[in-house]
Amino acid sequence: MQENVLLQMSHIEKRFPGVLALNNVDFTLRKGEIHALMGENGAGKSTLIKVLTGVYQMDGGEITVEGEPIVIKSPQDAQNKGISTVYQEITLCPNLTVAENMFIGREKGEWVRHKEYEKRADEILTQLGIPARSTQQLGNCSLAVQQMVAIARAVDMKCKVLILDEPTSSLDDKEVNMLFSLMRDLKGQGVGIIFVTHFLEQVYEVSDRITVLRNGELVGEYLTEELPQVELVSKMIGKELEELSSLGETEEKNIVPSEVFYEAEGLSSSEALPFDFSIRKGEVNGFTGLLGSGRSESVRAIFGADKVNGGTVKIKGQPVKINKPVDAMKHGIGYLAEDRKRDGIIAELSVRENIILALQVMNGMFKPISRSEQEAFADEYIKVLNIKTAGRETPVGSLSGGNQQKVILARWLLTHPDYLILDEPTRGIDVGTKLEIQKLVLKLAEEGVSVTFISSEVEEMLRTCSRLIVMRDRHIVGELKGKDLNQTQVMKTIAGGEA
Amino acid sequence: MKNLFGKRKEPLTNTQLLMTITIGIFVVMYILAMTLLGGGFLHTQQIFDMLNDNASLIIVSCGLTIVMIGGGIDISVGAVTSLVVMSCVLYLNNGGNVFVSILLALGIGLGFGLVQGFLVSYLEIQPFIVTLAGMFFARGMTTILSVNPQKVDHAAFSKLRDAKIEISWLGYTAKNGNVVPARIELGVVVALACIVLVFILLKYLRLGRNFYAMGGNQTSALMLGINVKRTRFMSYILSGLLSGISGFVFMMHTGAGNATNAAGMEMNAIASSIIGGTLLTGGVGNVIGTLFGTLTLTTIKKIVVSSGLNDPWWQSITTGGMLCFFILLQSVVLSRRSKGKKS
Repeated sequence: MQENVLLQMSHIEKRFPGVLALNNVDFTLRKGEIHALMGENGAGKSTLIKVLTGVYQMDGGEITVEGEPIVIKSPQDAQNKGISTVYQEITLCPNLTVAENMFIGREKGEWVRHKEYEKRADEILTQLGIPARSTQQLGNCSLAVQQMVAIARAVDMKCKVLILDEPTSSLDDKEVNMLFSLMRDLKGQGVGIIFVTHFLEQVYEVSDRITVLRNGELVGEYLTEELPQVELVSKMIGKELEELSSLGETEEKNIVPSEVFYEAEGLSSSEALPFDFSIRKGEVNGFTGLLGSGRSESVRAIFGADKVNGGTVKIKGQPVKINKPVDAMKHGIGYLAEDRKRDGIIAELSVRENIILALQVMNGMFKPISRSEQEAFADEYIKVLNIKTAGRETPVGSLSGGNQQKVILARWLLTHPDYLILDEPTRGIDVGTKLEIQKLVLKLAEEGVSVTFISSEVEEMLRTCSRLIVMRDRHIVGELKGKDLNQTQVMKTIAGGEA
Repeated sequence: MKNLFGKRKEPLTNTQLLMTITIGIFVVMYILAMTLLGGGFLHTQQIFDMLNDNASLIIVSCGLTIVMIGGGIDISVGAVTSLVVMSCVLYLNNGGNVFVSILLALGIGLGFGLVQGFLVSYLEIQPFIVTLAGMFFARGMTTILSVNPQKVDHAAFSKLRDAKIEISWLGYTAKNGNVVPARIELGVVVALACIVLVFILLKYLRLGRNFYAMGGNQTSALMLGINVKRTRFMSYILSGLLSGISGFVFMMHTGAGNATNAAGMEMNAIASSIIGGTLLTGGVGNVIGTLFGTLTLTTIKKIVVSSGLNDPWWQSITTGGMLCFFILLQSVVLSRRSKGKKS
């Protein structure tokens, strides 16, 4: 058993200012195994990978490869020591040939020996069964083949440890199968593969072992066949099943029989698979699922934030077209983005300017809102939402995360939306503000506003939503309401029913 | 197994495709000019004149092609050419030696390449800004050296300037029965040598392939183990060096220095590269294409003049139109290609 160990990471510690990102984490990879590394957002799996590939330097612990202690200084150094990584975004050059992509950056001498590289590349491609020709331009190959070429490059560099970081996110089913058979081949040749993914089914299809991380700590290492899906999910989320059941039933919420406000059939976008969805006036519902399950992509499709591909949408029974955010806004839909830094706030602008932004867009640029009106609006919402800021002219960037979130909320409330989509509105903000936002959501619903709420924290969703749509691997797998609205049921549905 | 033993024909790469289109358009255009306009277009000397007049443009375009393949831009090339011309003229007129003047030309070009390359690659300043500054600096320096045009007065240089390769079988027989041979200036030989060397660099040398990788995807190039900073540095050095050569060739052609020499040459060089199939976004391009890009641009200008539109703005307008046409053509061709591939 012990000779079989290829890579041993022990007591790994990594600190960032104010955060202990990895706390005493152990990880063991054996020869010829596919080892899935699992964990939710912030669990520390990408930090662990970055320590292993030399992107980060660890603050404590030890890494050994085949019993030899090693220090990894940079990604290049990692490659030279037999640790190769294939990233989700393909890090090859689409304008070069397959052969060049396999050899560039590691040739010896100043002359490029095209013929020799092509011959060698073809040998490797044939040996690994990769359907590509060495002289093809890489950009002409499918994404799956491009990924395989990256793997072939790693294999040719005599890699012992192959890290596949979310390799399947942009592949279709057939391509995933191609990738998996290549992974199994490499496993047969004694390569140790670390497989990072958020697709549970793929983990069970291909991996031998699973290591789960949570909040920067090791939860445990398990044989895949001995760990049922539902247990894996509870380990990732951090609630024991028994503990969940003992919480008892949450109080049954009244489902207000009101008119349907928004209805979509077969709605799909460049990011989201077709789905059906509807929400009533004054209803609060939620999308839940693990990270990457497609929950954000679905609500983005409702708002027209990604390119909408198909489906019919009705608002109050009338068919409408929502192809871009402005369309959605004109129909009274507001959307609070998941990543407020990227999609939401404009840090350099003041609180006032950020608040009036959406209203101004809806009014159009020819109907400016007067300065005094802007100031009145800003003051009103700073008071109503209890936004802690030095003044309405303070740049939003200087506010705390929770208060930034309130500013964006104010922006949408000012437009008096009929339907508000809140994607992770409480991420990274303090508990007090979280509660305030939850209360606000319920108050809005009482006033007749429909709200779709997304949160990684299931408890939070259970407190606010009367209906939960559960997603897994980009499909809606269940809809929970009434009695079923409890943690155990949510976990079971996320994990895939049979527990 | 077929890929192991039987050699399969690959579809053209984007670089090859764009180049082929340019060559095709050039040939069609030239034949049209020959049949419709006749005159000078029927003489082989027309082509040689186009090369004689544009040798230095071809040389800077080679440099620009390198930089653009790497995903950068260098708009100082025209001004550097001009500075080199003026410096060499003054040096020669003050009793300098031809060989040293060549070194001076290379030195000035190399100097600009080193400084601009350093600023762009190691201090990571926008190439457009850096080379814009370089352009103003070189223009200013040229004017400081001499406000008035300076003619070279140097025996050894004059010999070099007047030296021409004459090929009689490519010439034509004048009405009086004398054979007028085709005349090719030495600058053209230098320009063609630059094309060949840059072609070899880009195709067979590691550095050249690294330019493509860097222009194709910079992050990937880094992950693939390429020293991106050094590679980018090299691209600006080569462009500077070629500007130096271009300056000397320019002087061989005109035999005089003038503060307004090579005005707008950088824009013509960018236009030549783009028409020749180099993409401003980087990673795609070829110097053979660039050569034909220059020829296409020049042919258009000649056609405009031969059609009787003598005012200089007509050349500008047609150049602008051509550039638009080619960029449109490239983006249509490339997007159709990528659409066909994705399915």
